[in-house]
Amino acid sequence: MNAIKTLTIIDFKLFLREPIGTFFTLAFPIILVLLFGSIYGNEPTDLFGGYGTMDISMPGYTALILTTVGLMNIPITMCSYREMGVLRRLKVTPLKPMSFISGDLITNLGMTLLGMSFVVLLGWLLYRVRFEGQVIPLILGVIYSSLAMFSIGYLIASLAPTARVANVVGLVLLYPMVFLSGAGMPLEILPESMQNISKFLPLTYVVRLLRGLWFGLPASELWPSILVLGVILLICGLLSARLFRWE
Amino acid sequence: MQPIVQVEHLQKSYEDLKAVDDVSFEVYSGEIFGMVGPNGAGKTTTIEIIEGLRKADSGSARVLGMDPTQSREELAERVGVQLQQSALPPRLRVVEALELFGSFYRQQADGKELLKRLGLEDKLNAPYAKLSGGQQQRLFICMALLNKPELVFFDELTTGLDPQARRSMWGLVQEIRQGGATIFLTTHFMEEAERLCDRVLILDHGKVVALDTPEALVGGLGVEKRLVFTLPEEQALPSLDGLPAVSRVERSGSRVIVYGQGRRFASSVVVALEDEGVDLVDLRTEQANLEDVFLKLTGREMRE
Repeated sequence: MNAIKTLTIIDFKLFLREPIGTFFTLAFPIILVLLFGSIYGNEPTDLFGGYGTMDISMPGYTALILTTVGLMNIPITMCSYREMGVLRRLKVTPLKPMSFISGDLITNLGMTLLGMSFVVLLGWLLYRVRFEGQVIPLILGVIYSSLAMFSIGYLIASLAPTARVANVVGLVLLYPMVFLSGAGMPLEILPESMQNISKFLPLTYVVRLLRGLWFGLPASELWPSILVLGVILLICGLLSARLFRWE
Repeated sequence: MQPIVQVEHLQKSYEDLKAVDDVSFEVYSGEIFGMVGPNGAGKTTTIEIIEGLRKADSGSARVLGMDPTQSREELAERVGVQLQQSALPPRLRVVEALELFGSFYRQQADGKELLKRLGLEDKLNAPYAKLSGGQQQRLFICMALLNKPELVFFDELTTGLDPQARRSMWGLVQEIRQGGATIFLTTHFMEEAERLCDRVLILDHGKVVALDTPEALVGGLGVEKRLVFTLPEEQALPSLDGLPAVSRVERSGSRVIVYGQGRRFASSVVVALEDEGVDLVDLRTEQANLEDVFLKLTGREMRE
């Protein structure tokens, strides 16, 4: 237990010392709020069912943060640790792989929630964004979505031979999802054919779930997303645990 | 003495290359055991199988009575390891590395004290990536001792260290042994093995070439000692044929080299020459060493 605690504290420090990771998790989403907020403002529109662009972007940006952490930070850090020989040094200590992953997971989850709170705080300060759900279910939903997305990241980390490959795979998965899932820009502005593609992207279900929780939709309307994410979490989680390697 | 490491008929191949070829030996409790050989002899593969980092194709290795791959966590509590190739996160500070790795163990040594002993006490807040190669090496040695191990593995203990740091490291290794631990090290410095180890295993092309105390290896193989001195070219050298310890004499210019063996070799030559009134200028003896043993056993120089 002491090992996981120390590992988590040090992982946090290392995360914050890594400029690129910190930028995409904490700074970039803030820039998005400032940029798109200044372009679109937060006037209610019929397109978004009476909500403004910023209202509807809060869960989307949160989804964006947890996806960047899951598909970029996690696999790149893990693969470069393996490549450099950090993991093989850990292998000759009594540290269990699960403890190691736990520390990493808690850190990335913490950073995701921190990034989200910055975005929401800024959205509220500048645009008085409307939140119509409940805090606890929303946070649970963010954690649940993060676990699903992170499990994809850990699977990439287990499979990719080098950090460079992990980087490319992460980007290839990340980019289409950002544009076609409703995270980066609302799906409603895309043509219908593009909206159909979105059904095959995991991030779409994250956005649906978080948006639903943000606007206080009942669980009965959210279960398809919960189910899809659960299947992803189960498959990728089990596979990545099975395929984990120190070297 | 109790065997603390037992290796039997270990084999490991990489594609066509037999990296470890039927290696068997035991390491006893409380000794400093050295595995020497040129680069590529199979030292690291062998030690990493014993550490549980690699799996052997066949044969067995037991450490403290346990299988290193099956009892990884239990063994890691009691064993200290310095790897030839490993790293830390570039931005991890020295003090954090000790704190982090210390937290993995039930039993902990005083990390700061170890850093001091290794001359890193003013590097506490330096990030790993900013340390020099020698400092990184010393940090890893610190980390290998964090859990007060019963058995310590050093793979290329003093590579990257300057001669002064190397000598200080030898002193440290002897201290660790005095504290009751067993040491298993690999090196390609024959001098290091000779100075430091109680027993030395010579490995070449994955095979055990010899295993004994350095004295027995040097003495037992009939490797010749040399006595070298300067004698003006015009001066005749008295015959040394009467001395049983002398095998041959070489003379080139003013330099004379007398070859021979036996404990009384040098003194008998000196006495005989002084009796003949020869003035022995620049006299020195060259003791055979492990490099000569390697040459004799394999027909090749250690350093190619």
